[in-house]
Amino acid sequence: MSGTHEHDDDHGHHHKETFITKYIFSMDHKMIAKQYLITGLIMGFIGIAMSLLFRMQLAWPGESFPIFEALLGKWAPGGVMDADVYLALVTMHGTIMVFFVLTAGLSGTFSNLLIPLQIGARDMASGLLNMISYWLFFTSAVIMVISLFIESGPAAAGWTVYPPLSALPMAQSGSGLGMTLWLCSMAIFIASSLLGSLNYIVTVINLRTKGMSMTRLPLTTWALFVTAIIGVVSFPVLFSAALLLIMDRSFGTSFFLSDIFIQGEVLHYQGGSPVLYEHLFWFLGHPEVYIVILPAMGMVSDIMSTNSRKPIFGYRAMIMSILAIAFLSTIVWGHHMFISGMNPFLGSVFTFTTLLIAIPSAVKAFNWITTIWKGNLQMNVAMLFSIGFVSTFISGGLTGIVLGDSTLDINVHDTYFVIAHFHLVMGISALYGLLAGVYHWFPKMFGKMMNKNLGYVHFWITAVCAYGVFFPMHFVGMAGVPRRYYENTAFPMFDELTDLNILITVFALIAGAAQLIFVGNFIYSIFYGKKAEQNPWKATTLEWTTPVEHIHGNWPGALPEVHRWAYDYSKTNENGEYVLPGQDFVPQTVPLQDGEEELAH
Amino acid sequence: MITVLTITVLVLIAIAIWQMTKIFELSQLRATKNETATDKDNKVNGYLMFAFLVFIYGITIFSFYKYTKVLLPEAGSAHGAEYDDLMLLTMAIIFFVQTITQFLLHYFAYKYRGEKGKKALFYADNHKLEFIWTIIPVIVLAGLILWGLYTWTNIMDINDDDDPLIVELYAQQFNWTARYGGEDNVLGEANVRLIDIDNANVLGLDDSDPNATDDVIVKELHLPVGRKVNFHMRSQDVLHSAFMPHFRAQMNCVPGMITQFSFTPIRTTADMRLDPDVIDKVKRANKIRAKKAAAGIPNNDPWEYDYILLCNKICGKSHYNMQMKIIVETQEEYDKWMASQKTFGGNTATGVAIQ
Repeated sequence: MSGTHEHDDDHGHHHKETFITKYIFSMDHKMIAKQYLITGLIMGFIGIAMSLLFRMQLAWPGESFPIFEALLGKWAPGGVMDADVYLALVTMHGTIMVFFVLTAGLSGTFSNLLIPLQIGARDMASGLLNMISYWLFFTSAVIMVISLFIESGPAAAGWTVYPPLSALPMAQSGSGLGMTLWLCSMAIFIASSLLGSLNYIVTVINLRTKGMSMTRLPLTTWALFVTAIIGVVSFPVLFSAALLLIMDRSFGTSFFLSDIFIQGEVLHYQGGSPVLYEHLFWFLGHPEVYIVILPAMGMVSDIMSTNSRKPIFGYRAMIMSILAIAFLSTIVWGHHMFISGMNPFLGSVFTFTTLLIAIPSAVKAFNWITTIWKGNLQMNVAMLFSIGFVSTFISGGLTGIVLGDSTLDINVHDTYFVIAHFHLVMGISALYGLLAGVYHWFPKMFGKMMNKNLGYVHFWITAVCAYGVFFPMHFVGMAGVPRRYYENTAFPMFDELTDLNILITVFALIAGAAQLIFVGNFIYSIFYGKKAEQNPWKATTLEWTTPVEHIHGNWPGALPEVHRWAYDYSKTNENGEYVLPGQDFVPQTVPLQDGEEELAH
Repeated sequence: MITVLTITVLVLIAIAIWQMTKIFELSQLRATKNETATDKDNKVNGYLMFAFLVFIYGITIFSFYKYTKVLLPEAGSAHGAEYDDLMLLTMAIIFFVQTITQFLLHYFAYKYRGEKGKKALFYADNHKLEFIWTIIPVIVLAGLILWGLYTWTNIMDINDDDDPLIVELYAQQFNWTARYGGEDNVLGEANVRLIDIDNANVLGLDDSDPNATDDVIVKELHLPVGRKVNFHMRSQDVLHSAFMPHFRAQMNCVPGMITQFSFTPIRTTADMRLDPDVIDKVKRANKIRAKKAAAGIPNNDPWEYDYILLCNKICGKSHYNMQMKIIVETQEEYDKWMASQKTFGGNTATGVAIQ
């Protein structure tokens, strides 16, 4: 901690800040968090809009829509969506949502905002690296968006970009320049993610304030910390996969390619294996879903505890679960490859590890439910999204038992059953986590309150539509409909599913429209929202001890000292009175009171 | 029906919005607007949580009631029954857990909605409880893992016992080809480098390999009922996946390697067409098709049930229409069909595989 000694007291001097150093090339973690959030939300807007377009195609295959012609231009001649652009849309939807919204938008925003604030640090360990991390992310987002506008179209080989489809420009038009840009963008994204993650890890380890032991950290910080570790372990492997793929594409190597005859000619590739790519991809790809969901889990834990006015149930079990999930997440990737042609014995091993990961997940779900039991639930919007998170996490997680079982995976692999499963368990759940986080920490970010009634409307429409979209979708999958089909009309056996697809699309369109309420509320509240109090939710954690107005260094005067864990809600003395009279929470900065016991949690 | 549903949904949402705006207006009346939840918010949202529980149960029941019929009919392969049993058990467990946990979550949210002055229970942990809900999933999952692995090992144990029929499934953008081993039931050597389209050697068979001469290459897969089939999958360009949902069978086709899957078809196409579920399904589909045909939409001739092989790994523009018909028939029908095919060497095929 020696590096921060000169910061221990507030520096009276302030550098003169220009617009550029304050809002653009800022090194302040709170500003960088806002940059991440807004970039992430814009990408989210693009990603969700894409999904609505291809949902319309699935519900009304081959129909002409003016909006297709307006948005897709030559890819929708006469307003009828082209099959190539359909694949491009699903590919870019997946890429944008997974990496740019739920990885960078979620963990980027809240790691930056909350880690220094919750551990009692002046800023990140390295403000410069932090700034570079954001601007690399921004660059990669720009490249990804640019790829939407090129002549041959963006990448269209699915978000997993399996070679040879992604490696051979003659296999589909999206595998030309679009794929090159995709790979460049991802390479830069990975660099950004690594710089960010290393920074988060160092910050949590080194910059905790006095008294803030690891077992007093709020679960949000725990989750963000462990997420960063998973990122550092697994993202470099995706980088190597991307690098080898670039070499196969551009320099004629054969890492992933072999024995290919396409469009009348034999290619020279010999000895590579697409299965190798699948291993490398999913070595990141699976931990990635935990990179997405863990921050949401952490935030939901804290939000639920605060709004239940109760300590989180089983704090240590929650930490152990996070660690167990993090560890197991790195050895389950093969369950995406049961029928890839890899040795079936490996399939057995991965089935075993995959179903193991259900155990810590179950523990977490039960602990959340117990947390709200006998609480005094304050139904703030963030709380609603947190409860919604637990609901969709359970619904989506349970079907993982089907997909994680190599036998059962045979017939539902790559069908809509998978789509329904992962959208509920990581897509919708992580989005709920993101939204819960925004509603909860909006006062911290912008010093204003969001309008709660618009928030309620937003939540309830979203909650109903999320189930409306993804619950019936399981049936589509179990009827045998493969994913990434431009239309299902080529198979009479799927004819009767058209109704179901229309139902799903209608729900999706309503859900999409409901997000506009959020966008409106978000923008309006930034400028005209009610001014926030310092601690609107009556929470115990350190971020609510900072002044509403952002200052560089977070706390005026000395850094706060921590005396207790983060969950002393409704704690009473033996006489049944609250520890602090008349107040149902004890901030972490309050020393133990006379006669109060610190429980070994 | 779908219109009714859509309208119902829209009406429900309209009501929700109307209710919300009412709350909104009410809260506007107060002089200082409070953006944190009040007792009233807690109450309304608590009730809505309960309503949401009813909604989750409702959509579950509705989906089962309305969409169970779209699910795949009884399996056409020997291992399919065991697959379906395992699926049924897993689903039963899933819905049991789902029903209970969703109930607890939403019921607690309703029951313990906040009120001013109410005291929450300071309840930080309970090792016994946590042990219980760790150990229960452990036991249940152990059972599922064991059964799953046992079945998986059986399905994936591909061997030459019981004189299996050897068939190659060959994938390319965007169609399937099947190749039989011919009289000797052995596939000739092949490599994409030997493909010679001008000489009709589309699968790259090795002329000099005697095993290749009697190979039979077809565009429609015929299988004799009751005989084990060992599939060897190849792809010439990108990844494909040979998906035969009615047989609970799937394996990727990977350029540069040969992947395998094996199953025994136990129900002929004719049998399947007599299955009541299939009859109903065909009837429903044909009703829709007749309507579409009447509206002048092409490719909506009446449908007759067939087993089908689909591509289930994104492979390019026409991925959505890469299919091959599979016909399971009696040995006699199969022999007769085979006799009408030409071998790679140019001879008439004999009824394959003397048994």
